[in-house]
Amino acid sequence: MAKTSKLTGRKRNERVAAYGFVAPAVILLIAFLVVPMIYTVYYSGFKYQIMRPNDMTFIGLDNYTKLFQDKNFWLAFKNTVYFTVIVVPCQCALALALALLVSKKFRGVAVFRTMYFSPQLTSMVVISVLWSVLYNANPNTGLINSILVTLGMEPINFLTNADTAMNAIIFMSAWQGAGYQMMIFLAGLQGIPRDQYEAASVDGATKFKQFLYITLPGLKGTIKYVIMITMIQAMKLFTQPYVMTQGGPKNSTKTLVYYIYTQGFQKGNFGYACSIAAVFFVIVVCMSMAMKKVTAATD
Amino acid sequence: MKKSMKFSASFSKFMFYFGNIVIGIIFVSPLIWMISASLKPEAKIFANMNSITTFLPVQASLDNYMEVFSRLNMPQVFKNTLLYIALILVLDLLVNSMCGYALAKFEFKGKGAILNLVIALMVLPMEAIMLPLYIEMSQLGWVNTLMALVVPFVAKCFSIYMFRQFFCDIPDDLIEAAAIDGCSPAGTFFKIVVPISKTVYATVFILDFVSHWNDFMWPFLVMTGENNRTIQLAVQSFFGTQPVHYSAIMAALVVSAIPMIIMFIFMQKYYVEGIASSGIKG
Repeated sequence: MAKTSKLTGRKRNERVAAYGFVAPAVILLIAFLVVPMIYTVYYSGFKYQIMRPNDMTFIGLDNYTKLFQDKNFWLAFKNTVYFTVIVVPCQCALALALALLVSKKFRGVAVFRTMYFSPQLTSMVVISVLWSVLYNANPNTGLINSILVTLGMEPINFLTNADTAMNAIIFMSAWQGAGYQMMIFLAGLQGIPRDQYEAASVDGATKFKQFLYITLPGLKGTIKYVIMITMIQAMKLFTQPYVMTQGGPKNSTKTLVYYIYTQGFQKGNFGYACSIAAVFFVIVVCMSMAMKKVTAATD
Repeated sequence: MKKSMKFSASFSKFMFYFGNIVIGIIFVSPLIWMISASLKPEAKIFANMNSITTFLPVQASLDNYMEVFSRLNMPQVFKNTLLYIALILVLDLLVNSMCGYALAKFEFKGKGAILNLVIALMVLPMEAIMLPLYIEMSQLGWVNTLMALVVPFVAKCFSIYMFRQFFCDIPDDLIEAAAIDGCSPAGTFFKIVVPISKTVYATVFILDFVSHWNDFMWPFLVMTGENNRTIQLAVQSFFGTQPVHYSAIMAALVVSAIPMIIMFIFMQKYYVEGIASSGIKG
């Protein structure tokens, strides 16, 4: 009898403690994530210039109507989608290839893993500054063009030509990011039982067949996860174009986040920028929900 | 027959190493060039671009590093960056682990709702809320103060989730036993659970250290004063500051990477585990 009352007393204690334990995190999440999210939607219904904070006029959906007719918005949208559609498969495939190269134990495997991971040890700002120099159009100062010229090719105006600037950023981003996804793939590869490969090679299956019928199906969950995080990451592209091209040439590297920044912080059109941010948010959420749907459907 | 098999085995081994070495070189060569250029005098870094010697630090000296330290006020920049990251991390580990523990081990009304909120907010991109968050900061008078860098980023859904996953695996018997010995729920957590959970703390610590060390956009928006600059802001602005000395820029890039490299050397195990486990559980 005494024991039960002690237990219920403990349950009560536990409940009080529970609220104490979750309160700080929940309050902070609401104050600095949920509230700003609501305000993004709220401000998007107003004409709100940062220079005139007291002159907010409610304009309903006008910001959105304007947005969908704004050709700079559609350009930013197109650039962001282009970046995402190209970089996600390239970077994930590269990461998987790297993981396969260093998945088995062999002499020096740790060195190669570290080499592939090493671009992750510098920040995106550092990488962007470094590659701006490497991408220099003049073969006498740009390392990549000097290699191209040595190989007998024409130098390329990587960052100053609207046709190549985004591709140059894609190449660099895949180089920088692949090491991270490689680590996730390595963990996934460890989860595939060894004996499946042994059985397959006894049956005379080639390495390529083993990859197709054992490795890929075994990595299904990991591949989906990697695609999802790479995609969300790609949609947020800002630092690379900001440091390397300032969105140029000819706005060819202006992205959605860049456009939010330009409208909100450079031009001070806060209400309008919030409508872009809200659309951006909807796109990201739809993408991750679509990925979850696809994942659930194929499981 | 046997001989040819042996030959083909060693040939494929050779190709395997060869492939790894070639790709490895492609991966590290930009970084090698950066380090080598940071040690060379300005006149030498573009001197022999079309030969392999461009990767060698000829006439190496630390002059460029001296220039970076004098022009960028590096001690101040490092102090700004490490202080804000340290504050975030201390609060991050405390607040999020408590929340994760409650979601793993306590029964209370609203538990499911909070867990759903945490999972739903994980996909919320900072970029979608940065405008109102900025207004919030300026209304609180926090722009250009540490508060703006620290307070909004203490609670992190991903950290809460990682902690919860870890604490779920701690046996209930252990917690029961502590309670029967007269430990309060908070006492059990801090005296029994935390000491046996060093791995998850180390993992969250290194993942969040790396992500904040790389922070660019938010500090760029809220820290506009020259004396408040964090490392990434300092590097980015140095890139465009006259006189443009490429050798000094390269030195600045190397300096900004050193804390990350040190962290990687000491916490490699937890860092790699953290990246890997996010994939398995996600």
